Amino acid sequence: MKKFLIILILILIPVKSFGLIEVDITRGNLNPLPIAVSPLSIDEESRKNFQNILKKKNIGSEISLIVENNLKVSGLFNPLNKDAFLQEPDIANLKPRFEDWNLIKAQALITGKVSYVEEKLRVEFRLWDVLAGKEMMALAFTTVPNNWRRVGHIITDKVYERLTGERGYFDTRIIYVAEEGPKTQRVKKLAIMDQDGANNKFLTLGNELVLTPRFNPTSQMVTYLSYFRNLPRVYLLDIETGTQEVVGDFPGMTFAPRFSPDGKKIIMSFAKDGNSEIYTMDLENRIVEKITNHPSIDTSPSYSPDGKFISFNSDRSGYQQIYVMKSDGSNVKRISFGKGIYGTPVWSPRGDLIAFTKLHKGKFYIGVMRTDGSGERLLTENFYQEAPSWSPNGRVLIFYRETKTDSKGKGFSAKLWSIDLTGYNERQVPTPTDGSDPSWSSLLSN
Amino acid sequence: MNRSIVISSVLHLFVIFLTAMSLPFLAKKPIDLPPIVSVELIQITEKTNIPFAPKAKKIIEKVKEKEKKLVSEQAPPKKVKKIKPDAVPMPEDKVKKVEKIKEDKQNPEKIDNEVKQVSEFEKEELFDPNNIAALIDKSKESKAETLKKNPDLSQDQNKNFENTGLSLSEEDALKAQIFGCWSIPLGLPYNENLLVRIKLELKPDGSVINSEILDHARMNKPGQGFYKVLAESALRAIKLCQPLRVPSTGYERWKELQLNFDAREMLEG
Repeated sequence: MKKFLIILILILIPVKSFGLIEVDITRGNLNPLPIAVSPLSIDEESRKNFQNILKKKNIGSEISLIVENNLKVSGLFNPLNKDAFLQEPDIANLKPRFEDWNLIKAQALITGKVSYVEEKLRVEFRLWDVLAGKEMMALAFTTVPNNWRRVGHIITDKVYERLTGERGYFDTRIIYVAEEGPKTQRVKKLAIMDQDGANNKFLTLGNELVLTPRFNPTSQMVTYLSYFRNLPRVYLLDIETGTQEVVGDFPGMTFAPRFSPDGKKIIMSFAKDGNSEIYTMDLENRIVEKITNHPSIDTSPSYSPDGKFISFNSDRSGYQQIYVMKSDGSNVKRISFGKGIYGTPVWSPRGDLIAFTKLHKGKFYIGVMRTDGSGERLLTENFYQEAPSWSPNGRVLIFYRETKTDSKGKGFSAKLWSIDLTGYNERQVPTPTDGSDPSWSSLLSN
Repeated sequence: MNRSIVISSVLHLFVIFLTAMSLPFLAKKPIDLPPIVSVELIQITEKTNIPFAPKAKKIIEKVKEKEKKLVSEQAPPKKVKKIKPDAVPMPEDKVKKVEKIKEDKQNPEKIDNEVKQVSEFEKEELFDPNNIAALIDKSKESKAETLKKNPDLSQDQNKNFENTGLSLSEEDALKAQIFGCWSIPLGLPYNENLLVRIKLELKPDGSVINSEILDHARMNKPGQGFYKVLAESALRAIKLCQPLRVPSTGYERWKELQLNFDAREMLEG
């Protein structure tokens, strides 16, 4: 009878595990993380030495300003006002009083120290988790004093990676076409600068028109278009040595050159008898291979980061749309189906998205879609803008935007802008002159 | 001979009856979607709140009369809900043993997770199934009626209660608070399985005594950088949110709490 009772109870009670109360947190805020960047401390002797070499009064605070600016521009961090800091930089670097930093609502804290060691710049920095009250990271660099800006960028990259989980993009450079003069007589030069607009340098003299510069994967070489006797030709430029060369000599017009992900090939479009097709050229043996074969205009090719696919735009459906094919030219698939004209597809370094320019009802948009064409998102809309280029971590796009010319032919300008994938963090990238056709390098410090 | 056949058939019928009664309950489980319930609840409160609006009193009074039936249908399960935690414990020993044996056999893995939790709190939690059983016996008739008329609602409410231990509004208050504190690291990949489970020990005022990441080993494994970043952001959110907005009553229920942080939904959109 007892057994029977037990069995009865067993049947009657539906067995469930009564563990902990569980609450699923599936949403959070996307507000920038409040972070305090304490000026890097420096002893008096080092300070004087650096003042002589670099003509900067306090190199410690200059470096921390670079870090602060980078973090702010990323849109993911909110660097707090230094006036609110309660602790001196040198003491904070030894052991921060977390209550003080908590008081000003900082969630992370960067401290550090600069010193002059054997004519070199030595920078150490620490990243602290204020809420947990512990050190998250500590690193030190030694470099020539002139590299002080790069040290700031590298620190930002490390902090960014530690706090967001993805690689940074601050120790990078941007190559672009610097423009000056009235719209009808523009002087165009190749220019290169740091990602934040500093260290601007012109690479060509401006005698010939230059277009569409693109970095190779190591960011040592640039391929670009330059006009020679009114015909555009593809050039290669070594940034360190300054040597230039023409890539092959084609009888027709070549456009939109770009490196393959391994840097061994250049992919471009080449127009002959009014029909534009996509070609690749092996840089070692200069063998040219035809990839597409279609009576329509195929142009703007861009490799996927694994080199297995190519995206390009084509008007084979009647309007210009974006297509994806295998790198040997087979299996061509149209991926853009929205209203309007799509162009300049660029594959993200992360491989998950393709950025593009879209023209619809007289407006230009920069947008992204997944590589199968789904999930199209337009990030920004304007009178005229195009040519997006990805940051090396695939989070930010740089592009250029032109303003309208008024009836007197004035008011025209071309500026570089950046926008991140959220579509909210849009900023102008400072350049000394007007600029267009930007291309973002890969991370320099690896 | 005849007797044993009769006994056998009666027993068989009894077993068939039991399975028929209990199986549909199990089978319906996956169909119930919690979001739908919350919407329904909001609508109900809206309806019941309307009578206090000055304008349409008369019309609404008529509606109210009609709705009275509805309200009465919805009321019983709520009452049942309240009775459960306060109900008198059953004779425990036998049942407890049975429970333990069953768990041993069926879920050998689970024990690892729950070893730490076999505290008094845990034991008290174990009484609940018995209480429910007791209630089922007592309130079979009334419950059967409500089940017939409004099966979805009552089952959902029960289910919600049993699984979370917090009512919808209590849970929502806590969620809303943590949503506000949690800065999601935007660089995380959305296509990876990144779920951070954190066990909390709470004081009655909602401040956190101890927080523990349940997959702690994953934190320092190579190649799990994203997991670490997410886990740290979750811990920061909890620290920032202190004291947590917990219900003012029933400390025993929620003095240990597990939060599951999942950013996929946000990162995809």
